[in-house]
Amino acid sequence: MSWTAILVLAAGAYGFKLAGVLVGTRIEHPLLRRSVSLIPPALFCALIVLQTFESDTDLVLDARAVGLLVALVASWRKVPFVGVIVLAMAATALARVIA
Amino acid sequence: MTATSTHRRDSVALGAAVGLVAITFGVLASTAGLSLAKAMAMSLLVFTGASQFAAVGVISSGGSPVSAVAGALLLAARNSLYGMRLSERLARHGWKRIPGAHWVIDETTAMSVAQDDDVAATEAFWWTGAALFTFWNLGTAVGVLVGDAIGDPEIYGLDAAFPASFVALLGPHLSTAPGRVAGLIGASIAIVAVPFTPAGAPILLAALAIIPALLMPAAIETTDPAGSPAEGTA
Repeated sequence: MSWTAILVLAAGAYGFKLAGVLVGTRIEHPLLRRSVSLIPPALFCALIVLQTFESDTDLVLDARAVGLLVALVASWRKVPFVGVIVLAMAATALARVIA
Repeated sequence: MTATSTHRRDSVALGAAVGLVAITFGVLASTAGLSLAKAMAMSLLVFTGASQFAAVGVISSGGSPVSAVAGALLLAARNSLYGMRLSERLARHGWKRIPGAHWVIDETTAMSVAQDDDVAATEAFWWTGAALFTFWNLGTAVGVLVGDAIGDPEIYGLDAAFPASFVALLGPHLSTAPGRVAGLIGASIAIVAVPFTPAGAPILLAALAIIPALLMPAAIETTDPAGSPAEGTA
């Protein structure tokens, strides 16, 4: 990967971030403001399922699903943040050992 | 334990978990033929994990630099949406939002919007940003330099850390009917889109879940300054 490619990617990535930060303060219409406030749940839920079931451009069911299940239960049982992560990692690692 | 110390502690914990993931990135970057300087430049300057993984993945599998950069930028586009969400909070910091924008990523947004009040939300953004930036770059260096000695990071279940942290931060979003609709439909769109679209597209398409969520009656309540209690389900 060339230095040019890395710098183009860096500039583009920062450009996206900065554009959002600068444009966001100009959004005043109530409907648009509500739209923006709904971005996190839509994207985070999508990220969770993608990180769990995506493999390149295919869907797979593997040890990561066990980790997700444990994270959901732990979160529902009000386990503290760090505990949720550690339990999910341990469950995924264990599932890989068993599988 | 106060709310403040909780979100500071959680920020550092999330940073540490992400630092372990960064070791994986360092190993992959090294395997893809990137020097320490180039791998570090990626983590310092690009600083958005999914894009970095995608870029070195394409290079590793023999793809062209153009397709590597294009794919990575598609994945980076969602940070614009996060930037819009965080813009009001960052605006209070004046010029600092210009360098601060570099830290607008999945994790800082999740940690910030999970807080109850604006002060905690703003602080959570800066703390998580600082913790992630530190650990992400440390982890990258470790991965490049001593990656071979660590072995396969999947053995430790590291790939479960990211989705688990987002599950743990979802609570407040799912407490309203529009939030639940946005989450459920967003996840469904992403899953359905995976086999048909390039990497990075499913997550952007998931943003369309906002539209049905806006039609939920409780979405109007959230703008009510009187703050009438939300009815559990609509």
